[in-house]
This record gives sequence, structure tokens and C-alpha cells, in this order.
Amino acid sequence: MSYEAVIGLEVHAQLLTDSKIFCNCSTKFGSNPNSQVCPICLGMPGVLPKLNKRVVEFAVMLGLATNCRINKSSLFARKNYFYPDLPKGYQISQYELPICENGYIIIKVKGEEKRIGITRIHMEEDAGKLIHEGGASLVDLNRTGTPLLEIVSEPDLRTAEEAVAYLKELRQILLYLGICDGNMEEGSFRCDANVSVRKAGETRFGTKAELKNINSFRFIQRAIEYEIERQIDLIESGGRVVQETRLFDSSKGITISMRGKEEAHDYRYFPDPDLMPVSFDEGFVEEIKAKLPEIPYDKRRRFINEYNLPEYDVEIITTDRDIADFFEETARLFNNPKTISNFIMTEILKELNEKKIGIRDTKITASLLAKLLTLLNENKINTNGARAILPKVMESGRDPESFIEELGLAQISNEDEILKMIDEVLKENQKELQEYLSGKDKLFAFFVGQVMKKSRGKANPKLLNELIKKRLDELASK
Amino acid sequence: MPEINKDLVKYVAGLARLAFDETELEDFTNKFKNILNYVEKLGELNVEDVSPTYHPMPVNYAMREDIVKKSLDVERALLNAPDRKDDFFRVPKVVD
Repeated sequence: MSYEAVIGLEVHAQLLTDSKIFCNCSTKFGSNPNSQVCPICLGMPGVLPKLNKRVVEFAVMLGLATNCRINKSSLFARKNYFYPDLPKGYQISQYELPICENGYIIIKVKGEEKRIGITRIHMEEDAGKLIHEGGASLVDLNRTGTPLLEIVSEPDLRTAEEAVAYLKELRQILLYLGICDGNMEEGSFRCDANVSVRKAGETRFGTKAELKNINSFRFIQRAIEYEIERQIDLIESGGRVVQETRLFDSSKGITISMRGKEEAHDYRYFPDPDLMPVSFDEGFVEEIKAKLPEIPYDKRRRFINEYNLPEYDVEIITTDRDIADFFEETARLFNNPKTISNFIMTEILKELNEKKIGIRDTKITASLLAKLLTLLNENKINTNGARAILPKVMESGRDPESFIEELGLAQISNEDEILKMIDEVLKENQKELQEYLSGKDKLFAFFVGQVMKKSRGKANPKLLNELIKKRLDELASK
Repeated sequence: MPEINKDLVKYVAGLARLAFDETELEDFTNKFKNILNYVEKLGELNVEDVSPTYHPMPVNYAMREDIVKKSLDVERALLNAPDRKDDFFRVPKVVD
């Protein structure tokens, strides 16, 4: 019997505002406990929340970027439950009328595009943090009131791989919009997965389990894969899936039931009487639309068409919006997009990853990269030289040409000079020369290598090849 | 509308972390019934073309700019805490 999994995802994205959603406390991460709290986020009696305009703007941005309908009037509701990280006894969220609805994003898995529906996006406040210590729990309310967007997908995903592709795409959109830093370890991008299975051909959904707070793409993939298998095994052995929350134990690679550890949820949502319906006009939406950056999907398609680059290259150079912009600026100055993308992928990204920094943290500009590639193109330096100059330019922002002499990288393109080295090498390697002349063609590369070594990597490789070939042919015809 | 009985009142009280004795439960059950019966009257009206009122005053939403202002001093924030450890609120353990 074959089975099909049905997966829906709920993502919580912390927004990059300066202040909290309903008060002016800072949202900075990592400050001293309870140093960013005030009567509003502490839930003191008699205070009134006041909505941060930027949260609404960010929500509309994401809604537009994910093809949602924007509700020009939406409602805040109270979600009631008791937990020490929630001082008011309720979380301000949106329930019956969220700010964005009915959108989708397009993912690509195994070369196939698939449209994944987005049910809703709503605004809400984050809760505080608990540290469990001995017989007590310690509460830090700095995070309380940090703005979140909750993005709920339709149950359109069928495999763990699709789920991860959806999450990566969504995270990339948030990063492109600059509204969330996407840091999964620090919890600014969190994911819960609803997973159920059904027999192939069945149209009704099976009973789902909810997997909570998994903090890396790899763990999400493994947790969902494990859960699908667990549910199938359970059904095959005559059991029944129960609706419950499960936690992923990353050290064992399994999901564990939280049943009995939490009470049945009955949140008794109702419209928050402290907050008016959130309303804005078409002009507000239009203004945001005008400022919206190109979304990753559109950028990838455009790069493929406009620059004629392979899909693989485009994937890589558009992962980071700054890199994509840097590529485009360079492409305006240096007319060989493929050379640029090669150099970015093999050299620049390597440098950035090693130093764990972004392109904007370095001093290289599009015009400096264009100059460096021009030097390479004009054979003034070779690839090794470019490789040596790159980190210097990134560090100093100086003209690449100024490093040629300083680092002794000028490429040797003088025929006589190269011929002299070739003759020396042939003389020093009489045995190999005889073998070559008697038919061992493979040794050609050996001579090239030896001469290159003699030139300390500076010989013009194209010229070197030609000259060795010429010289050896001469010797062979004698 | 679910039937209002003692079990339901007990359940709602539980959600609010309140405990009542039998007499109180009886009393609240009657009061709940009376309140809901009273509100039920609205059901006699035809509201097919009326959109729900979420707020009595249709005013333009006043939003604030995203500006950080000074938070409370941590000592003031913790002033009413029944228990603390360093700069944390300390509460009975919530997970095992």
C-alpha cells in the first residue's frame, strides 16, 4: 500500500523593527534580562497598546511579495492562555480577520515548479523567554512584544523536501524584503509543521501531528521524514494516529509525544477591545508596492533570460540580494556575465564564507571587480594573480592594478622570456623529452607544469601552451 | 450554543484558573444562563445585511512611528515581583 504525506507549515518571523509592536521598548537581541520592558509589555493594569506602523508596512510588504490579498481592515484578537512568558494572560494576535490572505509562493523541487498556497499572514506579539533552573523557571520579558508575522501555508506540501524548499524560499523572500534576519538559531525564523499521511488516492486528510519549533532546515527535513514514517508504520500495524503536539529530539532523530504535558487548547479568541481595527487606504498599499524590491523568484528568472546564465549559477548568485546586486552592477561594466558569475562563485563567495562576512562588509565595488576581470581578460595577470589580488582589494578598496607590481604578479607574455624557460625545462628533463618524442603524449602537461613552476605561476598560460607545442613539434620533426 | 451546565462552568473556571464550590457553581450556572438568554434576544433580529461591529467608534487608526524610547529600569520592572533571581522573575517550574 502506498501512502502520501500532507504537510502544512506555520512560520513565525520576527520583524526587524527597532521598537516592539505595541510599545516603544527596544527589540534588540541579547541584552540584559528585563532591561527592555515597560508597563505595556509587562502587562500592567490600565495600559494601552499602540500599534507600530512599521509592523503593518512589513506585513503588507510580505503580503504583496507572496501574492496575497491585502485586507485594508483587519482585527487584533486576544488569544487567552496562562504561561509565565506571557504576562498579560493573553497574546495579542489576529484571528478572524488577518491582514493578508490567499497568497502563494512558487517552489522548485527536482526541476519541477510547484505553487504552494499561503492561507494567511497575520501580525502578533512574541512571548518572553524562560530558563529552567533547578526547581524554578526564570523569566526574561525582553522578547515579549517583539513583532512577529505568522505565515500559514495551505496543506499543499507532500514531502519533507518540498517543505524545506518552501521554507528556504519564504526565508529568502523575507531577507530580500529586509524585514526579518532569518536567523533560525536565535529564533527569528521558527517553524511548526503539521504532518499527516493518507493512503494514495484518498481525498480526505488523515489525522495530523504538530511538530514544534525545529531550528534548522536539516532538522525540519529529518523530523518530517521521521514523522511520516512513524505514522505509516503505525497505520500499517493497525494503530491510529492521534492528534497531538510532538517535539523533535535532534540527538536521536525522532519525534516524541508531548501528550499529557500540555492542556487542551481553548484560546477563547475575541476581538481586542483595546485596539481599533487596523485600517488603511489603497494609497498606503500603493506606496509600499512602489518600494517593493524584486522577489527572488522574479530575479532568478530575469537573470537566466537577461544574462543567459545557467540555472545553477543563478541560484547561487541570487541567494543573497547584495551579491545579486553586486553581480548586476558589475555586469553593466564588464560585458561577460558568465565570467563574473564564475569569479563570484569560486573566488568571492569563498572569501566571504571564510571570513563570515557579507559583500557590503568589504571594500570591493562593482567597478573594482570589473577592473580586476579586465586585467585578467587582457592577460596582464592570470587566474592565480587575480586570486591573490582579490583579498587585497576586498580589504583595501584599492585599484587592482596597483597590486600587480607590489605582489610581483605581472603575467609574463614575452615570447623570448617564455621560450628561454621552455628550453631550460627541456634540457633539465632529457629523459621525459625522449619519452615524449617516442610517443608518450601525456607528458605534454608535465612540461607545461614545469615551465609554469619555473615562472612562479606568472607565465601567460595560453601563450605558454602554444610555445611548448611549437618547440616540441620542431624537435619531433628533426 | 452549548448547553450551560455545571460542567461547562467548571471548565470555564478552570481555564481562568478559578476554583468554586458546589453552591458557587450552581449560582454561576444560573447567572451564565440568564446572561446568555438576555443576549440571545439579538438573535430575533434580522442582521443579514449588517456587517459586524468590532469597535463602536469608526475612527482612523492611529499608529505610532517605530521609535525606541527608554524602558523601565530593571529594578522598577521587578519591584512587584513576588520572587526574583538576579534580574529575572522567578516562578514555579513550568516544565519537567
